Amino acid sequence: MTTKIEKIRHLISLRTWLEKVGDQSIKLAYVAGGLSFLVKDTWQVMVSTKLRWQATIDQMQKIGVMSVPLVFLTALFTGIVMALQGSYQLKLFAAEQFTADLISLSITRELGPVLTAMVVAGRVGASIAAELGTMKVTEQIDALKALATNPIRYLVVPRCVAAVFMLFVLTIYADCIGMLGGYLIAVFKLGMSSHAYIKRSFDVLLIKDVITGLIKAFFFGGIIAVVGCYFGFTAEGGAEGVGRATTLSVVTALMLIIFSDALFTAVFYFI
Amino acid sequence: MIRIEGLHKWFRNQHVLQGIDLEIKEGETIVIIGRSGCGKSVLLKHIMGILSPDEGRIMIEGTDLFSLTLEELDRFRLKLGMLFQGAALFDSLTVKENVGFSLYEHTQLPEEAVAQKVQEKLALVGLSQVEALMPSELSGGMKKRVGLARAICNDPKIILYDEPTTGLDPINADVINDLILEMQGKLRVTSIVVTHDMTSAYKVGNRIAMLYNGKIIGVGTPENIKNTADPIIRQFITGSAVGPITSVSKGSAPGDKENGQ
Repeated sequence: MTTKIEKIRHLISLRTWLEKVGDQSIKLAYVAGGLSFLVKDTWQVMVSTKLRWQATIDQMQKIGVMSVPLVFLTALFTGIVMALQGSYQLKLFAAEQFTADLISLSITRELGPVLTAMVVAGRVGASIAAELGTMKVTEQIDALKALATNPIRYLVVPRCVAAVFMLFVLTIYADCIGMLGGYLIAVFKLGMSSHAYIKRSFDVLLIKDVITGLIKAFFFGGIIAVVGCYFGFTAEGGAEGVGRATTLSVVTALMLIIFSDALFTAVFYFI
Repeated sequence: MIRIEGLHKWFRNQHVLQGIDLEIKEGETIVIIGRSGCGKSVLLKHIMGILSPDEGRIMIEGTDLFSLTLEELDRFRLKLGMLFQGAALFDSLTVKENVGFSLYEHTQLPEEAVAQKVQEKLALVGLSQVEALMPSELSGGMKKRVGLARAICNDPKIILYDEPTTGLDPINADVINDLILEMQGKLRVTSIVVTHDMTSAYKVGNRIAMLYNGKIIGVGTPENIKNTADPIIRQFITGSAVGPITSVSKGSAPGDKENGQ
């Protein structure tokens, strides 16, 4: 009986909760510090040594080219759904022709970069963390160091350069496919003329809209690669550790993408 | 010559190395024995410069390993070779790319010269016609031998062996022991072998050092170690379940847990 009461007391005790919050805050600070150091080291190595071109191109193929089908489907259906939902609401104000404007702006400014980054974070971020995590627990990272090779130059830099560049390209691709999805619904379901839809889509776009979307993509690419590499490098304890690193990598990348998207949107809003 | 002075290492609150002092002479093979998880691999990784100590230093040929910059350390590491416990072959590369890794990365040698050197080193460890295979296609013994070929590809002056016979059948283990002896005979290298396999230790070691509770508690020739009066070393080399090591372990001695290895 006493033990039960003690357990309940322990559960509801303010001290327990403060300890938990403190413990998690320390862990969070540790990860933030580790990520910052990895960014700094990667940048230093990137500017001071020669890029491994072949490895970078291989990574571009893995990160970018192999993500094309997934990005295509995500962007196409997002465009379709937006056109259907948007026109449904706009119809209430007899403003269906604005569907083109709505899709064009929201895809290029927001959905294109964010959805692409999320899809790539799930597919590529997990694979980077799993690959590097396996290398860590099987001592391959130590073997690289023993063979006088900097793991950051050998593993992180090619992945970062490839992810940043390919996110940029994939976002442009997602923007086009998303607008195509909207076009299909607007023209074949809502009965808008093809010419009017295309004209409205491009007329409403400012160069700033496209550029802000692409700046976001640039940072999201960096986030995915650095977070994947960090959790891979810090994996410990065999298969279970690699699994944990993979999960943490995807969750952290998604959180950082959402957080930095909000930050960028707020900054661009005032520019 | 390698001189280890007052080496301490903590992993969180585990004091794994508690002041290691050891001198290794040029051209000798020293075997470091100790229980699993006692810090042998951690010590080896310090000598390789993969881990840095919290206190103490390691002098190799008069150079303080931890006073070097990263670039200097990388250049220095080319003088060293290491065979990892699980061989640590890069599984995305072929055997040839693994063995010739440092040649591809650090030299401008033409492809034919690299291929020739790789073939030469593989022959030295008793392997041939395996260049095109992937590590996943090799047996445990073959992996260790490829790992050894990779470690010696740069003609290092010092070779570190991390549990070279662990996980191998007795015959393959003896093949590896012979290879270690051959390396010493043919290449005149200084070798540091970390193991808990006493058959291997007696066979390859010029001297044996015992690591216990984060300290070197005894160093001597295989004969000295066999005839030691130290009860801790005696229990370890005879592999007895009863003795001072196990009675202390029940009270959980520091550094006795698996730690960062």
